[in-house]
Amino acid sequence: MSEFLQQVINGVSLGSIYALIALGYTMIYGILRFINFAHGDVFMIGAFVGYYAAPQVMKIAGGSVFLSAILVMLIAMIVCSVLGVTIEKLAYRPLRSRPKLTVLITAIGMSFFLEYGGQLVFGPDPKLFPTLFPSAAIVNAKNLVISTNSVVVIVTALALMLLLRLIVFKTKLGTAMRAVSYDHRAAALMGINIDTVISFTFVLGSSLAAAAALLYASVYPSINPLMGIFPGLKAFIAAVLGGIGNLFGAALGGLIIGLTETFVTGYISPTFRDAIAFAILILILLFKPSGIMGRHEAEKV
Amino acid sequence: MKRHLSKLYLLGALIAAGILSLFESSISPYYYQIIIYIGINIILASSLNIINGFAGQFSLGHAGFMAIGAYTSAVITFSAHAQPGTVTGYAVFTGALLAAGLVASFFGLLVGIPSLRLKGDYLAITTLGLGEIIRVIIQNLDFLGAARGFTGIAKMSNFFWVYGVVAVVIVLIWNLIHSTYGKGFLAVRDDEIAAEAIGINATHYKVVAFVTGAFFAGIAGGLYAHFVTYINPSQFGFLRSFEIVVMVVVGGMGSIVGVILAAVILTILPEALRAIAQYRMVIYALLLIVIMLSRPQGLFGGGINVKCSFRKAPTGT
Repeated sequence: MSEFLQQVINGVSLGSIYALIALGYTMIYGILRFINFAHGDVFMIGAFVGYYAAPQVMKIAGGSVFLSAILVMLIAMIVCSVLGVTIEKLAYRPLRSRPKLTVLITAIGMSFFLEYGGQLVFGPDPKLFPTLFPSAAIVNAKNLVISTNSVVVIVTALALMLLLRLIVFKTKLGTAMRAVSYDHRAAALMGINIDTVISFTFVLGSSLAAAAALLYASVYPSINPLMGIFPGLKAFIAAVLGGIGNLFGAALGGLIIGLTETFVTGYISPTFRDAIAFAILILILLFKPSGIMGRHEAEKV
Repeated sequence: MKRHLSKLYLLGALIAAGILSLFESSISPYYYQIIIYIGINIILASSLNIINGFAGQFSLGHAGFMAIGAYTSAVITFSAHAQPGTVTGYAVFTGALLAAGLVASFFGLLVGIPSLRLKGDYLAITTLGLGEIIRVIIQNLDFLGAARGFTGIAKMSNFFWVYGVVAVVIVLIWNLIHSTYGKGFLAVRDDEIAAEAIGINATHYKVVAFVTGAFFAGIAGGLYAHFVTYINPSQFGFLRSFEIVVMVVVGGMGSIVGVILAAVILTILPEALRAIAQYRMVIYALLLIVIMLSRPQGLFGGGINVKCSFRKAPTGT
């Protein structure tokens, strides 16, 4: 029983990280109707920003663990926002009226550029992510260890998701985002600046990815330039599972993927860990392509 | 006479490949290997071009079909103890290559039917996932050597086999594109909804393109396995798929000649530029971005009126 509980806690903590990344995919898809393949690599950059920023910030912040953790996270979020907006401006914006295949190929190119550019800049070997907050066990029973780490991950992720919900549903820009995702042209006619809204979406998505990266790196401290590929793909699958374009769905999908993955690792075999998400994807596409929370969209000519 | 032109060309190409293969021992092994890889890459890129260029479906799992073909043919020739240089050996090899293609196309059908009902992005991710699943399954199958790999494959592929298949693939694609059936592919690519409206079963065409592409990728995998004589799952990862995609995109989706040229150049280039090998993937990635931004029809494209033929994304939705 306690082993089961342990798996649940690990699964929820991993799942909430996936959920944060999935929110970026789902928002960008909701607005632009395309998969931002490079999103997982923005996540990777977030981890490296944290890696380089943490020692400096810790020096400045003195002994305060809490303050330095928050500062590092803010820095990573800002850098990744700038990166996300730049990618959109340089690579995606000029292609906005072009066929979808063109944008998709560009996004894949961008993803590879960040991965292998990252290998050149950061070096291909894994690096050890610094401990932002020392982890201690809260509960330490026979088969069950709950560390502060998993609590911090879950609480931070939850707080960020609530904040996002607040932004999307209560602010003017959030309302504009929803309007644009509903209908570009009508939103533009109502005086909404589409470019601003799209940039803002990339800011939100990329900063969530950066936050997710720091949480991920605090659980799995070995970071490398290719680390974004699998979390990125799984988060994308989570977004599809939840119903792409739906915020709540992305969070739910992230949790399901995280839980499934830890259960497969714990009870079946770790070798199947990376394949299971794809199996879920294929099943979802077969039986309910619009996802759990998604609504069916009629194709517009 | 004109009707048989492609058959004559095919016959000529086969004879030429056969004659040239008599001299293959006089080529240095290093160049010989590159020439063989060029041939295999032409088959792979051309077969992906059917799916990507002609039917407009974006597949990111081509290496997965290659892996299936490689393992299928390797298991067959290995368990039949086929020996190179004997008639029975080559007969078994022919059968093994066909089986490689058939098994790969069966998997193409398996993944194609569910995912081809979906739009481009989903197919890309699904095929990527399929490639990954295939790799993980092979890694867990002991009789295929698991992660250690499969050794002791007879060295059957030579100049004749590889370039024979190249000739067959090119002729077949050429004929396909100039047939009524091929026009169906282009119609589906250019505007799926319009194609459906005039009675073209889009899913059917997409599945056929996918299965044909997978078939040739499987054969290319078989040829590869019987050239390197040792295969393991990591040779057929996502990067391999990506390289093939780059060849198709750089050459120009839908351009037969362009894709062949790109396959040749992108096989030679990394060898010629060994000194800057670590920049290769970055260059590939930049190449993709720059080409998509400035020349979406590819470097050598122009093929079949590609510029205006891709469907424009609806800006207003």
